[in-house]
Amino acid sequence: MSNPWPLWEVFIRAQFGQAHRHVGSLHAPDAKTAINHARDVYTRRNEGLSIWVVEAEKIIASQPSDKGPYFDPSQNKIYRHPDFYDIPDEVEKI
Amino acid sequence: MKPSPPTNNTRHDSTSAVFELCLNMGDSALILAQQNSKWCGHAPILEEDIAFANIALDLIGQARFWLDLAGKIEADAGLSSVKGERNTRDADALAYGRDAIEFRNHLITERPHPDFAHALMRQFLFDCWHEARLGGLCQSAHNAIALIAQKSLVEVRYHLERSRNLIIRLGDGSEESHERMQSALDALWPYFGGVFEDSAGDQVLAEGKVAPLPSTHESKVRGALEADFKAAALSLPQSEHWQRGARQGHHGEHFGLILAEMQFLERAYPGLEW
Repeated sequence: MSNPWPLWEVFIRAQFGQAHRHVGSLHAPDAKTAINHARDVYTRRNEGLSIWVVEAEKIIASQPSDKGPYFDPSQNKIYRHPDFYDIPDEVEKI
Repeated sequence: MKPSPPTNNTRHDSTSAVFELCLNMGDSALILAQQNSKWCGHAPILEEDIAFANIALDLIGQARFWLDLAGKIEADAGLSSVKGERNTRDADALAYGRDAIEFRNHLITERPHPDFAHALMRQFLFDCWHEARLGGLCQSAHNAIALIAQKSLVEVRYHLERSRNLIIRLGDGSEESHERMQSALDALWPYFGGVFEDSAGDQVLAEGKVAPLPSTHESKVRGALEADFKAAALSLPQSEHWQRGARQGHHGEHFGLILAEMQFLERAYPGLEW
């Protein structure tokens, strides 16, 4: 029998225009209860405007053993960074 | 002996009734908060532990508004029961300085909770009444009452959503959870109906458009309860014998213990601060 209280990952959006951010996890028997628990556990101090929950086992993650082949090659490819442009002084926020 | 108030009797009656209403709302929230706070560190799972503590804090906040308003009304009208003095009682003085017979909380709030099912069922029954009552008070001609009701209602709508969600899942859950929820409902039901009891002061409040009669909430609340209990596979007890008298300060045997615990520090060390 599957776990009646599976783990859920919780994502909160703090402000309009921002992305949902991972804040933590919790246990709940179903999606509705998971949302309620997330509201009670993670928005007590006015942190949120919107909540996403997703069952942790539904998340497909990269493996720690893939770290080398996945991420190491990008370390020495500075030409992938847009660092070679002159920014005009008038442009304030970039 | 304190001289009678110089104002006419109608105004005095109306003021007393508003004072009693504030005590009824404030004491009910306060005692339920005290009861719920006992689950802190003991609820069956961490998430529910936090949820119950949140609700207790919401209710304490509401109790503070109601009792501060009660104290102000009492002082303004010279109603104070402390003879020969014009002292103002704030929310703390009312919470920690009164004896059982002066409390006006609904009986459902003071019932014991031998298991988590009782605590949840009590919360659900209370939330159903609370939402309807606050909805009525939002329209109050008494400005301060309307404001407190509006502020509280936002919190209570969530309390009700949560407790309804849980009683439906547990009522219609496993064999054990169903049995526990039904036992809790059977045990608590006779202590619930008192919330719809009209007192003499309620007539005055209804005429002045301060508050609808408590009895006017019964059909709506009962309709909602019946639908939810159907969804939860729970049977509404047939008994219509309600325990009454909360508005006159009558309480059950458990209430003294609740007060003893809640008031101990202030009674033992009056004026203590930390």
